[in-house]
Amino acid sequence: MIITVASGKGGTGKTTVATNLAFSLADHVQFLDCDVEEPNAHLFLKPALGEKQRVFTPVPVVDETACSYCRKCAEICRFRAITVLGKKVLTFPEMCHSCGGCMEICPERAITETGRELGVIEEGRRDDIGFVHGRLRVGEAMAPPLIRKVLSHVLPGKVNIIDAPPGTSCPVITAMRGADFVLLVTEPTPFGLHDLKLAVETVKILGLPRGLIINRAGIGDDGVKEYAEEEGLPVLMEIPFERSIAEACSRGRLVVEALPGWKEEFLELFRRIRKTIGWKEVGAR
Amino acid sequence: MRELVVVSGKGGTGKTSLTAAFASLARSMVLCDADVDAADLHLLMDPSIRRQEDFQGGGTAVIDRERCTACGLCLDLCRFDAIGSDYGVNRIDCEGCGVCVDFCPEKAIAFPARTCGEWFASETRFGPMVHARLGIAEENSGRLVTLVRQEARKIAETRNLDLIITDGPPGLGCPVIASIGGASALLIVTEPSVSGLHDMERVVQLAAHFKVPGMVCVNKFDLNPGQAEAIERLAKEKKIQVLGRIPFDPVITEAMVGGKTVFEYDAGSRAGRAVRRIWDQIAASPAIRTASDEFRRSIP
Repeated sequence: MIITVASGKGGTGKTTVATNLAFSLADHVQFLDCDVEEPNAHLFLKPALGEKQRVFTPVPVVDETACSYCRKCAEICRFRAITVLGKKVLTFPEMCHSCGGCMEICPERAITETGRELGVIEEGRRDDIGFVHGRLRVGEAMAPPLIRKVLSHVLPGKVNIIDAPPGTSCPVITAMRGADFVLLVTEPTPFGLHDLKLAVETVKILGLPRGLIINRAGIGDDGVKEYAEEEGLPVLMEIPFERSIAEACSRGRLVVEALPGWKEEFLELFRRIRKTIGWKEVGAR
Repeated sequence: MRELVVVSGKGGTGKTSLTAAFASLARSMVLCDADVDAADLHLLMDPSIRRQEDFQGGGTAVIDRERCTACGLCLDLCRFDAIGSDYGVNRIDCEGCGVCVDFCPEKAIAFPARTCGEWFASETRFGPMVHARLGIAEENSGRLVTLVRQEARKIAETRNLDLIITDGPPGLGCPVIASIGGASALLIVTEPSVSGLHDMERVVQLAAHFKVPGMVCVNKFDLNPGQAEAIERLAKEKKIQVLGRIPFDPVITEAMVGGKTVFEYDAGSRAGRAVRRIWDQIAASPAIRTASDEFRRSIP
């Protein structure tokens, strides 16, 4: 089972929800932080992390002794990652999408591939929770291939909780695909509402079951609730704006550790999700 | 001409509310919303759209089943698993590399450009604004960011405006990189939490990587003054100018609900006064202070 926690707007509490849900279930949980641009879940779950595994994407290297400067590679590349200037081939690895077209088209077989580092994957554990996150290399533009690498650690038969990046474009789609349920988190403000609508459209494109958590309930206005009702989007939980919660989060403490009463709320949230998708395999402890 | 780009790494730290507030304080500027993926600045700026254009992204493969002989070459060549065994192309998976198009022996694959979104040139009560909307689930956010920044620059040049204020996207990847290249300065808006500190550290590295000077302010600092100090210490270590702190103040949300900037809503509020002090420092900073400011200052 895969539950992906997402939101259009950043900073609405995705990581808070994902980490507290994982910690409340405790057993049979695999946690995957797919917000590889700014991974934060480890700051809350505090897993013991193992060795860094570097992740690469293939980019071309040209053997100029074999090159006939026919320019076919430059013509096929839609990303302007390779070009020929007179008797010189220039590659721009950071522009390359690793499609392999240049290598395939080269009549002289002068192109091979090397790796551009996308970032690292780290695996670890916190008690019975398996933990994996990706960390995009600073300066690297392409998050999706690294996200896919994190997702390759999904464990069938366990409850996989995925912390997705914000937004509605390719990194989010990559993180959301394959989910059994998307848990959207928003705050009840005009920005929160606007970006929630975009997030709901994104989930609809993928045709996934979904529910809403309203975080910082009490600030802002009623727009989010009214929209959820019109849209038939079930509000599965409300987390009020309280200083004690905000302070716990600011210190890297889990809400369910700082305020133990919340554990039952998160377990109830899980039961509601499970009921929605009719999943019965492994129960929460 | 100078461009200030407001970024944060972590989302939800207050980039857009601050950008809007600065727009109401700065004179003669162009606003640019580079968060094309989840743009919110228009909710406070109420722009009247004067020009609306489609944004053409790259191509997507479309297989003509009549001509396809099911030879399987495209399936072998596609590294993105975008072509199904029935020779249908999954739009979401297609990377737009065109390798299948070029190698198909039957020339059965078309590659039409797709409209990935739209962008707008508008007028607001504080000046011109360029903004965009990337289509849901689309790629090429970096190219659209580059486009809105170029259009903002053109408007600034045509109208002889000194400054562009750009609301950046969260994160660190493609749209952020596209937002900061060539900027005069970054304002990194952070919040006093372990996540805020962690994410700021990475944005500071990114700013250094692209050699753009950074400045930092801590929003909602009183939610955890200890973390605010840790952030300011880190900034000083990295030789980043610390501009100050903004208290947690419900007027920021109230202003947002009212569709106003914090200055229009309550200029004398604690947050309002703090934001003004921060803006004064930005306007006076070497990276943003413009030649015409120098000229004005030189007049007794």
